[in-house]
Amino acid sequence: MQLDKLTIEVLNKIGITEFKQEGAFNLRYNGAPLCHGDSDHVTIKPKEDNPGIDIFIDNKTEGETVHIPVVMSTSGMKDVVYNDFYVEDGADVTIIAGCGIHNDGCGNSEHNGIHTFHIGNNCNVRYEEKHYGEGSGSGEKILNPVTKIIIEENSTFTMDTSQIKGVDSTVRETSVIIGKGSRLFVSERLMTHDTQTAISNMDVTMNGADSSAQIVSRSVAKNESVQTFHPKAIGNNACKAHIQCDSIIMDHAQVNSIPEINARHVDAAIIHEAAIGRINNEQVTKLRTLGMTEEEAEGVIVEAFLQ
Amino acid sequence: MLTVKNLSFLASDQDGEKEIIKDVSFELEQGEMLVITGPNGGGKSTLAKLIMGIELPDQGSIFLDGTDLTSLSIDERAKAGIGYAFQQPPRFKGMTIQRFLSLSAGEDLSEEECCRLLSGVGLCAREYLSRFVDNTLSGGEMKRLEIASVLAHPHKIAVFDEPEAGIDLWSFSTLMKQFEKIHKEKKESLILISHQERIIRMADRIMVIKDGQIDMVGSRDDMLPNLSTDSPACDCMEEE
Repeated sequence: MQLDKLTIEVLNKIGITEFKQEGAFNLRYNGAPLCHGDSDHVTIKPKEDNPGIDIFIDNKTEGETVHIPVVMSTSGMKDVVYNDFYVEDGADVTIIAGCGIHNDGCGNSEHNGIHTFHIGNNCNVRYEEKHYGEGSGSGEKILNPVTKIIIEENSTFTMDTSQIKGVDSTVRETSVIIGKGSRLFVSERLMTHDTQTAISNMDVTMNGADSSAQIVSRSVAKNESVQTFHPKAIGNNACKAHIQCDSIIMDHAQVNSIPEINARHVDAAIIHEAAIGRINNEQVTKLRTLGMTEEEAEGVIVEAFLQ
Repeated sequence: MLTVKNLSFLASDQDGEKEIIKDVSFELEQGEMLVITGPNGGGKSTLAKLIMGIELPDQGSIFLDGTDLTSLSIDERAKAGIGYAFQQPPRFKGMTIQRFLSLSAGEDLSEEECCRLLSGVGLCAREYLSRFVDNTLSGGEMKRLEIASVLAHPHKIAVFDEPEAGIDLWSFSTLMKQFEKIHKEKKESLILISHQERIIRMADRIMVIKDGQIDMVGSRDDMLPNLSTDSPACDCMEEE
């Protein structure tokens, strides 16, 4: 299917630079599926009871990438979609999602993606999700993702999420249940500006022995924007978790970090680190000695921090 | 080439204002290596910061090739041709060494070009390229990377504030070769703030800053007899 220029540009912004419509893919456009394809080992079926898709990833999947982006360009639209992923034992897959909203109108555009992952034993799953908003209208760009992940035994789940810019309001709800010997890696990057607000709540429950979680959250809050982070790690068994939240605060922004760690087993080792601070003057000075203006230096520091 | 005229700098603390640099004047010719030494707290690093524009003088002026730099910002001075290596370089979360060196060079550098710069400061090149300029690097590694960042771009004058600090002997020898090479080519002028005997012995001219003033200045041959560690004239030189 031939995609229009705006859709291609928005896909580029959310990191899908070459959407070839090959293998397993599903593009949701303005609240409806636009095009989709299956591969030998990945099957995508529309849901019958709700808007959304079921993605079946079989046990022979090895090193395959599945693209399931969302693009919205209709102002005043609210789209709620339910995507369920069923990953069979031993599968190795990368899932690239992401949502870009282009809003030139005065109505709010909202996308709420509710994703549930059922991860079997001995799987290796990487999930990437970028959120982005643009457009000249006064209508807000709103993204409220809900991500539920259930990981069985001896699997690895890597989640890499970023909100690049332009999203006026987001409430992110993430919950993860980790089974025996399984590992969770989360990298969350977020930038807010102007009067944007962002809330990220994350519950990680380690039920299995020798399970582990590593969560790294980096954010930059500019102008009048407000961010709230509430990561919670619960250890119900012998497990390890490390949560690290770093934020750069600029202008008149606000950042709230509310860590919660809860150990319910004597061999649960859970660490939380949180730091909020302004851009280091010495960093700016160093970059200025390389010929950058103060503004350019701050841009470089923020870009690197969110890499 | 570089002319510093009657430079003074005041700093304030709870006891009031203190003159950190007092009426300092000197000139630096193209290709010349000037080593500034002297006791701790004497004002050497402040003088270097005044040249780079990190601090602004209360009195006096700085000219480069006849252009008055005194009111120029740090970045304007960098564009005019002044480079500066920090005594304690800052770290950058999320920035790779390759990106840092590219920013320092003002252009995207290839892996080979980065490796050459890193090897020049005694860092085992390729394995470093994707590492981050953050607290996973030791103080010595940061220091060498800082020097590489200044060497990545040609300058009219490069200022190095205690380049030897925190560097092991082997890397120091490698670093000395870099300074010798720059000095030999005579394309860049060098100002090195140092207590290190090998660096001091490499200078064309040596200046001793003490209590914010030029205590002594002269050619290497004239100055070295006055700078031995047992000389009452100077308590600044560290033997290797």
